[in-house]
Amino acid sequence: MLGKVVVRAVLNGQECEFLADPRQTLLEVLREELHLTGTKEGCGNGNCGACTVIVNGRPVNSCLMLAVQAQDAVIETVEGLARGSKLHPLQQVFLEEAALQCGICTPGFLMAAKALLDVNPDPTEAEVRHYLAGNLCRCTGYDKIVRAVLKAAQVLREESEKAAEVSA
Amino acid sequence: MATATQYRVIGTRPIRPDGYGKVTGKDQYGADVILPGMLYCKVLRSPHPHAIIKAIDVSKALALPGVMAVVTGDDLPRIESSEKVSSGEETIEARFMTALCLAQDKVYFKGQPVAAVAATSLATAQEALSLIEVEYEPLPVVDDVLEAMKEDAPLLHGDLYTESLAGKGSKPSNIAGRVEHARGDVDKGMAEADVVIEREFRTQMVHQGYIEPTNSTAYVAPDGRITIWTSTQGAWDIRNQVATILQIPEGMIRVIPMEIGGGFGGKFTAYLDPVVVLLSQKTGRPVKAVMTRAEVFQATGPSSGTYIRLKIGAKRDGTLVAADAFMVYDAGAFPGSPVGGASVTGLSPYNIPNFKILGFDVVTNRPRVKAYRAPGATAIAFAVETVLDEIAERLGIDPVDLRLKNAVGPGDRMTNGVPYPSIGFRELLTAVKEHPHYNAPLEGKWVGRGFAAGFWMNGSGVSTVHLTFNTDGTVNLIEGSTDIGGTRATMAQIVAEELWLEMEEVKPMVGDTQIVGFNDGTGGSRTTYSTGVAVWKACQNAIAEFKVRAARMLEVDAEEIVFEAGDFKVKGHPDRSVNIREVIRNLRHTGGHFEAVGVSGGLKMAPAFGASLVDLAVDPETGKVEILRWTQFQDVGKAIHPSYVEGQLQGGAAQGIGWALYEEYIFRDGHMLNPTFLDYRLPTALDLPMIDTCIIEVPASDGPYGVRGVGEVSIVPPPAAIANAIYRATGVRMNELPMTSERVWRAMSQRQSRVEQEAS
Ligand code: FES
Ligand code: FES
Repeated sequence: MLGKVVVRAVLNGQECEFLADPRQTLLEVLREELHLTGTKEGCGNGNCGACTVIVNGRPVNSCLMLAVQAQDAVIETVEGLARGSKLHPLQQVFLEEAALQCGICTPGFLMAAKALLDVNPDPTEAEVRHYLAGNLCRCTGYDKIVRAVLKAAQVLREESEKAAEVSA
Repeated sequence: MATATQYRVIGTRPIRPDGYGKVTGKDQYGADVILPGMLYCKVLRSPHPHAIIKAIDVSKALALPGVMAVVTGDDLPRIESSEKVSSGEETIEARFMTALCLAQDKVYFKGQPVAAVAATSLATAQEALSLIEVEYEPLPVVDDVLEAMKEDAPLLHGDLYTESLAGKGSKPSNIAGRVEHARGDVDKGMAEADVVIEREFRTQMVHQGYIEPTNSTAYVAPDGRITIWTSTQGAWDIRNQVATILQIPEGMIRVIPMEIGGGFGGKFTAYLDPVVVLLSQKTGRPVKAVMTRAEVFQATGPSSGTYIRLKIGAKRDGTLVAADAFMVYDAGAFPGSPVGGASVTGLSPYNIPNFKILGFDVVTNRPRVKAYRAPGATAIAFAVETVLDEIAERLGIDPVDLRLKNAVGPGDRMTNGVPYPSIGFRELLTAVKEHPHYNAPLEGKWVGRGFAAGFWMNGSGVSTVHLTFNTDGTVNLIEGSTDIGGTRATMAQIVAEELWLEMEEVKPMVGDTQIVGFNDGTGGSRTTYSTGVAVWKACQNAIAEFKVRAARMLEVDAEEIVFEAGDFKVKGHPDRSVNIREVIRNLRHTGGHFEAVGVSGGLKMAPAFGASLVDLAVDPETGKVEILRWTQFQDVGKAIHPSYVEGQLQGGAAQGIGWALYEEYIFRDGHMLNPTFLDYRLPTALDLPMIDTCIIEVPASDGPYGVRGVGEVSIVPPPAAIANAIYRATGVRMNELPMTSERVWRAMSQRQSRVEQEAS
């Protein structure tokens, strides 16, 4: 069996190095080695999206990615979403819209939704539903989650319009 | 108590105080527990659905470097009695609980635990499982309830005799129990009916499907004291089960309920807790176990599969005159299906002068079932509400009118004879009739609208809460009810309402079994109701003491103090008053700190009625059902935090839709063929439209604000509503769940060939 491998990556904006057993998933390393337990495990085989993180700008089921594959990658997890104590608009709107009940699916939804809004700032309801179809929620029936993502998109658009005005 | 128009906080939608930890990933769920020196546990499970364990050899596993301990059923005490332990909405014999943790001598279902390993890494624990040698003698398997009832079926338990009101049966049987309720004379009633419909129904096992897998971590200190960090709906249930299974006094055990990723009735059972305790006892180190999704499917309770035969008779004007229900509910490996719940729900919403209900609890070589949201009610409602739809159609009566004509009201009786307290079923049906959705036109081929109602008793039970007070004038609220969907927010709202504080001034938390007094678990839709009463009482107790303190501050007798709008005032001297915050800030100067406790128990039933209204389209080529519009109705008594009430309605409706269209355990010879979320399909965001809600508020008879529990009934009507809509869209009556594309397509094809045959 191979020994542990040193993996260098940018994790939530910080350059970092960690050791990974070649058979460990990114999810396991994030949770059990780096103690970033905000990323959740619901199924371990790519079917629930609770483990969604963003790798190089794309949403990834971290339970299906080996940690050693993250060499030189830029990784974003739910822990990196807020700026200090200022919540990301997605987080704020999820709270305001009651888009979570038990909350176990929430980090995955937040990261998948961020990945969506990063590339599509003005999605339709159908686009949101399509994009989030890989994330399971058993508590909410998705209604409030979809509404929250649409509203967060609007907040983000307004924020960037304001920022554009200021810089103009 | 304030009247409806005066509430300041009840009925508003504050941000839930525990939400910040959830959106930032900081809250700790069970699997997030990481302790110094912690070991990882994996469980070896039976590959056979039914077998005798002849021998287990763990020596090779123990020799693997990194393996610290291995346990088997021999490490658990043998419980010979039929002593029972509580497990949420049911009780279960302790010996069967033992078998659910680690099998002793025999396995009854595939996935039953046989041995468990604690090792320094997950991978090592996993590897060790393959080194454990178990010799099995496979036995004949019965994995179908109707087969299991037959005289010559393989027997699961040599010592199981049918239990009924008549006593115990005389010879061992797979029929564990028999329930019966009756009123009037069914034969006479049927003879008087103008229309009689009789149908057979089948439903399959479905899982609660909580996204967070079952988990537990335990540490046993050198003095024997046990701490358990676990994901549970009922910390006291887990403490009682662990104490009973391991024969350890309860006082030695502290159960800390972590944040919980869904339960729906399924997280009341100590599947892993006794096992990690044993392993920690052996190693002196903390031990954590987390199930895989396949383990969750195969070894934690799904809900029963059922066989139901139902006959209902009605007069030409729609008056129901007789009903005859025969129900068989699959308990899985050990007795305890929710057939009792079924027998008092399905027909209870209607006044029927003559009925007979016969139900059987039957064991099979399948996972032992557990409560799932309104346990037992959904399958029987599927039968009752589709037969009523057929009767309405035959008689040319509007389906809601048919229900209104027969609907129960306060004082009418449930099928078990218990009279209803205040209920809002008629108000709910009227709201459906008046709703824009019900009156909107729906046109086109292959589309249909369906309606169905549902009923659930709702639980009450015991809750204890504590209020303590801070020198800045704020209040801590400690409840013992696991918060799955926002109860810290709703309980804090009650405190803020009663004490005239702002929401932010109340700091709620969930305590463990050593921090707060006894609490029944979060299940049976009881938390908002019963814990709400405890919170309300604690507030009244606090106000009583505050009056004494305010009197000291104002230098008058306590009898002269009144509490109004947040101020303690001297009667007749409105200018002499002190605000509650001042009283709290000064507690230590006016007699010292104190805490206010509230305990609830013995509350009247506060039943819930719900209904689903659906528009859907069926693809004639594939049988695929697409939900176009959904409205979920419910009498909630009083919505304390409307967003989370809506969430319960929407979530229950979504689960009901999953049960109706996609979800089922598929078995072959006792082997579940689809234990993944890929093959066992939960509804996704893409499968559902927005789920509209219509909240009706008919106050309950007991408790503050007239509130009723809201958690469960929303799962009851969806399958029947969908079946009724499929009929409108296609002309076929579905009598089996789930109504997958294939089943709908087959039913449509059969109907087509019947039509063609009749034509030729
Ligand atoms: S845990 Fe990765 S998709 Fe479910
Ligand atoms: S909020 Fe519980 S699974 Fe989504």
